[in-house]
Amino acid sequence: MGVPFDDELEQLRAENEALKVEVQRLRQAQSSSLPEPRSQNDLETPSTHSWDGLGHGLSRDDIARYSRQIILPSFGAQAQGKLCRGSVLIVGAGGLGSPAALYLAAAGVGRIGLVDKDTVELSNIHRQIIHREGTVGQHKCDSAAQSIAGLNSRVQVELHRDGLTPENAVGIVTRYDVVVDASDNAPTRYLISDACCVARKPLVSGAAIGLEGQLTVYCAGDDSPCYRCLFPEAPLPQSCSRCSDAGVLGVVPGIIGTLQALETIKLISGVGQPLSRKLLLQDAWAGRFQSVKLRARSAGCVACGDAPSITAETLADYDYAAFTGQAPNDGPPRPLRLLNPEQRITVQQLRDRLSSEQGSSTASTDPSAPPLVIDVRPPEQFAICHLPGAEHMPWARFARFEQRLLDLAAGDRPIVVMCRRGNDSQRATARMLELGMQSVVDVVGGVEAWARDVDPDFPLY
Amino acid sequence: MAVKILFFARSRELAGVSETSVAVQAADTTESLLSHLLEQFPALKELDGRFVFSLNHEYLERGSVVPLKAGDEVAIIPPISGG
Repeated sequence: MGVPFDDELEQLRAENEALKVEVQRLRQAQSSSLPEPRSQNDLETPSTHSWDGLGHGLSRDDIARYSRQIILPSFGAQAQGKLCRGSVLIVGAGGLGSPAALYLAAAGVGRIGLVDKDTVELSNIHRQIIHREGTVGQHKCDSAAQSIAGLNSRVQVELHRDGLTPENAVGIVTRYDVVVDASDNAPTRYLISDACCVARKPLVSGAAIGLEGQLTVYCAGDDSPCYRCLFPEAPLPQSCSRCSDAGVLGVVPGIIGTLQALETIKLISGVGQPLSRKLLLQDAWAGRFQSVKLRARSAGCVACGDAPSITAETLADYDYAAFTGQAPNDGPPRPLRLLNPEQRITVQQLRDRLSSEQGSSTASTDPSAPPLVIDVRPPEQFAICHLPGAEHMPWARFARFEQRLLDLAAGDRPIVVMCRRGNDSQRATARMLELGMQSVVDVVGGVEAWARDVDPDFPLY
Repeated sequence: MAVKILFFARSRELAGVSETSVAVQAADTTESLLSHLLEQFPALKELDGRFVFSLNHEYLERGSVVPLKAGDEVAIIPPISGG
């Protein structure tokens, strides 16, 4: 097919997506003007049917749609009625929030608030299954709202597109029955927990990375602890692995997020025992779930203790970034400035040096000789892609390569050091300079810059 | 006598193993076991005590000193923040 056809198709797709978003906005504007969360379908006329006086508040359509859980002896019409009148705030429309939101919408929770401020990326979709190929590039709130609308149009969706901040957190959390922590970073986790303490809302907390997941319910009753009761001191930034660096098998947050939906349904409907004071640990590698009994609420906790310092008045001024040493996102770490500018080269300079026709030179520090590329990324990343001829010395095990480095130092080949984005390569370069190596430079921006500025065919991950 | 140690999340990365077994004496406690683990796996110092420490699937108050017995299972559980 010709290019003009593709262009037209692309344009039509874009128009279609824009219209979907507009429909969703209008639907929300309409529903948010209603005084109460909707439990009856707009199309229904007031009726005097025999099931009206039974107290569950379910319409004929509700009964048909949710029949399989309504006929469940331990659930029933009353529990379904509570669910349809209930509300949940899901913070994060990512790997955890995707299955949580989908299952809660499918189960008929009356009103779902979604908090996120990111846009959908292709690398999200393996686990963030609420998003679609066609919504890559869209705001996650809009993308998720479309999926929910397609799954259960009776659910009222409220979008909090600017994310959760100390300024808006308590105001938003207050408007929901249950809060789901489906976030991806430590400062947001402390903020959500504190806001739930202040607003006295139960918090269904899930987390996942790699092949491991964690799940518990905080603030669900008098003896139920909060996040700070368990972790009064924030983990150090280097202890907080990010999905974008450490990787995650998509189904792992899928399982934890699904369990978060389950715990939320139990809390809203009043059915079952909430997972309070119990931490469920999933080890997907070993195929094992186990739970650990947790402490009770700490009387001295600054958020939920007997004399808390974090209150409705003080929370907005709390500095979560300072407390955790991290920005409230899971973006890449800030670029380091460990080296002097003359100890670094750009990817364009690297390209020029690699394509140098000079061949090897006998001068030990001849900068025109084609350099040896040392790649210090982890083995998994090196295995995805690397520059031709690159020698692999992962930074995490750099000490093992000292003899090789000393051998190289005795040779005549200049060395350039690369990693993914240019932080570890600076650390490695600094170490090599310490070892007395002369002709070593770091590549600014690493293989990401190489892919962006030199070789568009080089994979980004 | 031996006790079993389970490592979760970041502690698993730092220790390089998901579990291990440590021989302890009658006088050993959860506190002396923690010190021993920090010697055996110095990388765990990064956690700086910021984890849930459990004995036989029950949370242990920080600083609590509980005698150990054969077959005990302790776990080091730092929080995961990803999602």
